[in-house]
Amino acid sequence: MVTDWRPTASLEAIKARAGLLSTVRAFFAARGVLEVDTPQLARHGVSDPHIQCIPVPGHGYLQSSPEYHMKRLLAAGSGPIYQICKAYRDGEAGARHNPEFTMLEWYRPGFDLSALINECLTLFGELFPGAPSRTYRFRDLFADVTGLDPLTTSDSDLIQRAEQHGAPEDLDKAAAVDYLMATTVEAALPAEQLSVVTDFPSWAAALAQTRTDTDGTEVALRFEIYYRGLELANGYQELTDADEQRRRFERDSRLRGEYGLNVMDADPYLLDAMHHGLPACSGVAMGVERLLMAQRNSNRIDEVLTFPGDRA
Amino acid sequence: MASYSTSEFKSGLKVMLDGDPCAIIENEFVKPGKGQAFSRVKLRNLKTGKVWERTFKSGDSLEGADVLDVQMQYIFSDGEFWHFMDTETFEQKQADEAAVGDAKQWLKEEDMCEVTLYNGEPLNVNPPNFVELEIVETDPGLKGDTAGTGGKPATLSTGAVIRVPLFVQEGEIAKVDTRTGEYAGRIKN
Repeated sequence: MVTDWRPTASLEAIKARAGLLSTVRAFFAARGVLEVDTPQLARHGVSDPHIQCIPVPGHGYLQSSPEYHMKRLLAAGSGPIYQICKAYRDGEAGARHNPEFTMLEWYRPGFDLSALINECLTLFGELFPGAPSRTYRFRDLFADVTGLDPLTTSDSDLIQRAEQHGAPEDLDKAAAVDYLMATTVEAALPAEQLSVVTDFPSWAAALAQTRTDTDGTEVALRFEIYYRGLELANGYQELTDADEQRRRFERDSRLRGEYGLNVMDADPYLLDAMHHGLPACSGVAMGVERLLMAQRNSNRIDEVLTFPGDRA
Repeated sequence: MASYSTSEFKSGLKVMLDGDPCAIIENEFVKPGKGQAFSRVKLRNLKTGKVWERTFKSGDSLEGADVLDVQMQYIFSDGEFWHFMDTETFEQKQADEAAVGDAKQWLKEEDMCEVTLYNGEPLNVNPPNFVELEIVETDPGLKGDTAGTGGKPATLSTGAVIRVPLFVQEGEIAKVDTRTGEYAGRIKN
């Protein structure tokens, strides 16, 4: 049998990755943000029921993001930090996903969400010279494209609309909104513009703070940035309240049980670090392969990976 | 049959959907924000050849389809069925017109074909990429014209009609690319 031993990325794409990483390192060096290195193999994995960690028998889990460890560094007084590391997610494979990928993640103590968005756009100015940017509130953008309000439209109307666009049956409201966002709304964003989307519904808060909007609805202090049809960045004004963190762990754990997933115990190290005190901060994660795909106008992750999962 | 979850979906996997065997063409993992992940899947219905697009929730699964691609030799047609033989076991299978489809115009006795078996019966027949067939009818071409600019129609022994260069004559053997139905040269006797 002949094996596919050759890399799927061209030499040019391999060089582009090296170039992108050196641009990113120079960007943070100039701003006094410290590069750090945290474990990829740890006893606890993320509790989020929509992210599956890869277990390593006898050791724990390959990390789906360096978030928990980086927050422990922040609580210990590291100041602003960034990391470029591998991250692992079981089952995430497709034209734009590989179970092992490279993540760029950074945290800025003292930054609110808009300060961090500005810093992301400054970095993107170096990576994607000349690309204009525009900011949308999730709710307004969703309503403009679909004619439905993601927070106040009835569940059945949102679910029915998602099904009209080919969604599987039995979605709940949150999943129906996610589906419409991923299919119709993202597709409507101008490809050649850096589109910043803010104020996500509170159910999509993950580890972000929430706040009450002017009309009383709860929104998450979270943003995403899209460019050339790719979701490039996902940022939060970070939750710092250890008790709220514990409640979210408990909710995740209950949902994991309902979905029939493995139980993920709350990470006691993270909770203790947050009890000690996580400084007010904002943080963002970006997929390095996505950045490369956007730079090279590619829509296949294979083209920027030396050896994707099926030939690694 | 085993069942496959969305994380196992990949191009070429054969699964059952709405009671029909299908081959997965493409599986695109879609993960909007922090929520429910989906698999947007393109499948070819192996019975009809139609391409379907479906979206599944991550973790959903489909039953595998008992579909197998095997190399078989075409033996003969009795008008109703086209008969194929496994050259190792000598086992024979008969394919109906629906299974043979467009392949029938390229089938020459003793040629090896790829036969897709579903629950052990022929579902689809793929002719070889190139076949060599005798030209049984074509207008005499003009002497000296070798450029073959427009070409002319020629009927092959199987009844298929292709376009050939003007210099090609009746009784010659044409090589045909069955994927495009185009003339690909002639075989010198």
